[in-house]
Amino acid sequence: MAKRAAPEVNAGSMADIAFLLLIFFLVTTTIEIDSGLNRKLPPIEETDPPIIKEKNIFQVTVNRNNDLLLKANGNDGELIKLKDLRKKAVAFLDNGGGKGEDACPKCKGKRNPQSSDNFEKAIISLQNDRATSYETYITVQNEIIAAYNELRNREFKLAYPSLNMNYVEADKMYSDPKTSASDKANLKDKIEAIKLLIPQKFSEAEPKKSN
Amino acid sequence: MSKFKKKKGGDLPAISTASLPDIVFMLLFFFMVATVMRQNTLKIENRLPRADQTEKLAKRNLLMYIYAGKPSSAYKDMGTVARLQLNDKFASVNEIAAFIAAERDSKREEEKPFLTTVLSVDKETNMGLVSDIKQELRKVNALKINYKTAPGNPIDR
Repeated sequence: MAKRAAPEVNAGSMADIAFLLLIFFLVTTTIEIDSGLNRKLPPIEETDPPIIKEKNIFQVTVNRNNDLLLKANGNDGELIKLKDLRKKAVAFLDNGGGKGEDACPKCKGKRNPQSSDNFEKAIISLQNDRATSYETYITVQNEIIAAYNELRNREFKLAYPSLNMNYVEADKMYSDPKTSASDKANLKDKIEAIKLLIPQKFSEAEPKKSN
Repeated sequence: MSKFKKKKGGDLPAISTASLPDIVFMLLFFFMVATVMRQNTLKIENRLPRADQTEKLAKRNLLMYIYAGKPSSAYKDMGTVARLQLNDKFASVNEIAAFIAAERDSKREEEKPFLTTVLSVDKETNMGLVSDIKQELRKVNALKINYKTAPGNPIDR
């Protein structure tokens, strides 16, 4: 009986095949940057706009040349720079000029009676022109979210010093799928409490048509 | 005659390449796992604006992408005005409603409330187009949106 040895498969070209595949995947890979600014659009049904005191509105208008006009704190409107927006928004939200039942014990601002009453009453309104660039719009949105986050961070740290983290970190941990369920349940109430204390009251007007 | 014959120096032993396929396969598997295939071929320019107050996007299969921007150089004949892209083709603003409806139908019932519309818009687009998109989204009640941005501080330019 002749015992035939199976011929050995030449694996020398295996590396070439693997390289080919490797290069294909290298080229097609896009490490996606999946992050962005989350927003909620208002539902379309028309409700009568509530009556808001003018001092509680922080009105930002962006024109077609991407200039910012700010109408707040009882002035008629001043041109501001993008880099000053965050500071001014924080000062407005944190003002706490309210008295009586509108008083804001947690506000640390100047308590200017011409400016916002408390966190809950303060509204930031944004109006832009149809010719405003998207980049400016996103920058303004980013700064306004930053202003809210700054205050929420402060209040979160004050309310829960034992956690040793700020609101943004807590929120990130909460939305991280790796966080355990017990941690999530623990964080949820705290995040909701801060969200309730400093609600993002942000309104966007329909853009103006410029001629 | 000695038993321990010194090898003649000079020719180096050949380096074994037998483990090369293993190394390459390891890399290959890494890239295969890390790769996210592009769902759509972009026909428009899509340089995202920068922002630093971002949140991570939710699960990939719950996202609906709307792209907007100027037609890229390969599609010059479409003009230089910013256009909308849905799936693989240029679209007009009033096709958004049908697009959202189709996306919703392809998802399971319990996933529908978590669907988010991602606006991936070129930074040089005018707000006119963006607000038209938002108006359409409000009409079909797709209220959760996300402005996709690139990481970075938008102020120091």
